[in-house]
Amino acid sequence: MVAKKGGSKAEDAVEDLARVPLQAILLADSFTTKFRPITLECPKALHEHKDRRRKDNNAVMTMVIKQSKPSQVTRQTRLGTDELIMAIDPGTKQLLYYEDKADDLKGTVTLDKAFLAENPSISLQNDKQDCYIDICTPEVLSLFTDNFDYQHLRRHFVKGLLLDDIMGYKIFTHEIHSSYAARIDNFRSYDSISKDIIQRWTYPLVPDVQFSINSAARLERHGIYRASDIAQSRSAQVGPFTYIGKGSTIGNNTVISNSVVGDGCKIGSNVSVDGCYIWHNVTIEDGCKLRHSILCDGVIMKSGAILEPGVVLSFKVVVGQEFVVPAYSKVSLLPQPVKQDSDEELEYADSNSGIISTTNTLENGDSTNDLSEIQYSASSDIGNGGRGFIWSISEIAREEDWRHSVAPIPAQKLIELTQAVYDDLEFPDQDDPLLPLADERESATESEDDTRDESQYFEREVEATFLRAVHENVKEDHIILEVNSLRLSHNMALENCASALFYSMMKLALDTPHHSATDLVKNTNDVISRWGKLLKPYLQGIDDEIEVILKFEEMCLESGKEYAPLFVQVLHLLYDKDIIQEEAILNWANEKEDADESDKVFVKQSEKFIQWLNEASEEED
Amino acid sequence: MLDTHALVHDFLNKLKRRKIEGSKGTAKLTAELLRTVISQQRIPNTNQAGALVDAIKAIGEQLVAANPVELAVGNVVRRVLHIIREEDLSLMTSAIGGPSLSVISDDENDVDRDDYPVLSAAAVAASARNALRAPSLQTLLEDMSHSAAVHHSSSSVDDSEEKTKSTDKNSRSRKLKHNVIETVNELIQDIAACHEQIAEQAVEHIHHNEIILTLGSSRTVIEFLCAAKEKKRSFRVFVAEGAPRYEGHILAKELIGRGLQTTVITDSAVFAMISRVNMVIVGAHAVMANGGVIAPVGLNMVALAAQRHAVPFVVLAGIHKLCPLYPHKPEVLLNELRAPSELLDFGEFSNCMDSSTGTGFPLLHVANPAFDYVPPKLVSLFITDNGGHNPSYMYRLIADYYSADDLVLQRKPAS
Repeated sequence: MVAKKGGSKAEDAVEDLARVPLQAILLADSFTTKFRPITLECPKALHEHKDRRRKDNNAVMTMVIKQSKPSQVTRQTRLGTDELIMAIDPGTKQLLYYEDKADDLKGTVTLDKAFLAENPSISLQNDKQDCYIDICTPEVLSLFTDNFDYQHLRRHFVKGLLLDDIMGYKIFTHEIHSSYAARIDNFRSYDSISKDIIQRWTYPLVPDVQFSINSAARLERHGIYRASDIAQSRSAQVGPFTYIGKGSTIGNNTVISNSVVGDGCKIGSNVSVDGCYIWHNVTIEDGCKLRHSILCDGVIMKSGAILEPGVVLSFKVVVGQEFVVPAYSKVSLLPQPVKQDSDEELEYADSNSGIISTTNTLENGDSTNDLSEIQYSASSDIGNGGRGFIWSISEIAREEDWRHSVAPIPAQKLIELTQAVYDDLEFPDQDDPLLPLADERESATESEDDTRDESQYFEREVEATFLRAVHENVKEDHIILEVNSLRLSHNMALENCASALFYSMMKLALDTPHHSATDLVKNTNDVISRWGKLLKPYLQGIDDEIEVILKFEEMCLESGKEYAPLFVQVLHLLYDKDIIQEEAILNWANEKEDADESDKVFVKQSEKFIQWLNEASEEED
Repeated sequence: MLDTHALVHDFLNKLKRRKIEGSKGTAKLTAELLRTVISQQRIPNTNQAGALVDAIKAIGEQLVAANPVELAVGNVVRRVLHIIREEDLSLMTSAIGGPSLSVISDDENDVDRDDYPVLSAAAVAASARNALRAPSLQTLLEDMSHSAAVHHSSSSVDDSEEKTKSTDKNSRSRKLKHNVIETVNELIQDIAACHEQIAEQAVEHIHHNEIILTLGSSRTVIEFLCAAKEKKRSFRVFVAEGAPRYEGHILAKELIGRGLQTTVITDSAVFAMISRVNMVIVGAHAVMANGGVIAPVGLNMVALAAQRHAVPFVVLAGIHKLCPLYPHKPEVLLNELRAPSELLDFGEFSNCMDSSTGTGFPLLHVANPAFDYVPPKLVSLFITDNGGHNPSYMYRLIADYYSADDLVLQRKPAS
């Protein structure tokens, strides 16, 4: 029932990390280690879903959401995710709009006008947190098989479903209030959610309740969880909100605070551990210093090694003596793959997770053993006697390091972030608060683009009709009828028809075999005299005629350069055949007076003709 | 066997997820589960009681580990163990003559066995010793090993003998099982009826025109007050709302429904109101062996206020809440810290729970303990199914209901 599809490879790698057992991280534990599904304890949501389903066959999905503080900074700093904007029908709780990349919009949302018209009431919410718990009907699975290009559950599937109203599938939301739900998809949220678990927001999923086979820990004052068989030195200090796993030993004068220590870890003397997640069977020798890091199973830290904030050590990495691992490093036993196909890179940049994409790097520490033995000797990446490779990270990710790491966000970044948010907040105040400028502009350009495409298409259609008429010798009336129906179906004005038809004629003349300019003029003359009548019904006024001249001008510049020297002759021809009146020509010349020099080429060319026209009209007067 | 496993597993899961709450419901479900286990349990020919005890202990250990804070589970397990031991003992004592009689009748057939009379004599002696001695646990255990030895050797000795013996044993084992199940049924009824038993005594404690104060909500307290009301006592009740679960509101609704004059006050107003109160009547989560009480949070404060103004502090507790253990660091070890979401809305406070800013851990901590420990000196009286008792008398009650062997349910580790 739960439709979870692996996203990019980079995401998989993060999930692999989260999949490893860690007693304190019970969610991660029971959720992922053995792939035992958690029975969803959301009976209310489930009932709602079933009820809706009974009434409406198209209600395929119920999405669980939770309220959170409507501040951009909090969301980013707590879970490392972008701001989320949803539009929900307040009555039916139907999800109408979903935008999880709202950061890029700088606080503005683009809503379709039709969207607003269709839904009488919409509540736009930016204070909701997506728990990534979806209750789905079997149709969803078949949707996934049909659309195998769905890569991202939210970005592709949900949005696709919302936009595509052919099937009429609907998504509903269920808000949970006192319960807790969240998703870990990067180290930042791993840290936040682990701390929430230790602070018991997930009760009764807390470390002192025996859930899996692991023995339960005892909760002591100040939120210290202690499992059984711990050997702790008298002089060691275990600070608040710490979990110590079964059978771990802690040496003299060691200080541990706000950390999770897994089963069977050996921590030496004079070690300081702050805000770290140490998984099972990790050995930390004397005098090490660890701050805000993640150490996977079987990691060994030789004496005096130092981890700066944000470091992630993969399975069985060995950090050499007195080596300082720089901040935000990711260290693995496997060397970083040199070649990455571009597709993967794209995905990676898209997913923004702080880990390099590779195939099954961290999946199984044991299987990599034989392979890695050979390579260790070569790698001194990680200090004297160390084993492992520091993975370099692409530039884009480097900037994002702080956002997705377990380490606290540096104060400076935090200020920048807050500043950015305030800047964003000011933005809508300056403009119309309801309809921000950005989206108007966007829609305007869009419509322009649309009409351009439309008219080109229309021109092609008209030309095809005309040519067919020429070859099959269709009556003029019939052509006019056909062009008229084309005009209606494409929603075009009369002048468009005129220019399109005219263009077709000139094209015909141009395409008829000719040897010299005089031949071309003769061809044109033939075509115009044969088909000129067609233009009549579309040339209702001066403006339409000017349009035709402009079209011709455009043609001379673009598709029919052969006409360029003959411009005056053709113009004269049109005048003679009563297709274009002298007023139109004069108006056109007047309009062009203020134009650029390049635009005036044809006006200058026909200067004499215009002059002659002027004199003629004066004479008439 | 399979379905008992499934049942036990199911119950364990419910306990772990804190799906079952309230000591009475838990106690009843535990007793029913154990009854099923006993009836499904295959009993070997020898040492029947021992096998049953082991089986129940094994399950009891898991149940207690599933929710160590719900003491009623452990209490019921110990009660059932006690019942098994008692029933076995009574069967033993009633069957003293049995073996010797059968030996005499069998003797005619098997005269050529030299060793047999010696053994049977030993058996007779053992049972005679039993009959002479007062029934205590030690003798019970001793006896069990003896009789086991007897049965074992005799069965290896003779086939025809075995036949008669085994039928005899079968009937005995069936009898033991039957008796145990009967008594467990009685226990279940007792648990179900504890409210009425306690409520019957209401008129003896609540007098005319008195003001009673209570905190939170307890089924026992509701029944107790209503029983007094039905007996035409007119009195008033102050209900402290019992933050953060505010069960006092539910209690107030219920009392008003029964026509009682009720005043709701905040928990913090208890001290101000206590001088007008004649008696404090509260429910309990568990009563420890020293007479101390594990009670819903806030009650220690009420007890202190009552002591300050010399107001009697009366605790109502069904007998299944009686725990044979002594509290050690009860504020921490016998407490449960519940979800902070009962106090604060996570959505509103999610920015305070931010671990990524500043020092790397959230500055906001929320503690939501479920229970208070009220020391025995603050309790004036316990009212249980079988009458009122002083805190100092609790250990005697416990000796009646539990056998000293079962106090520790954890089996020794395999090593």
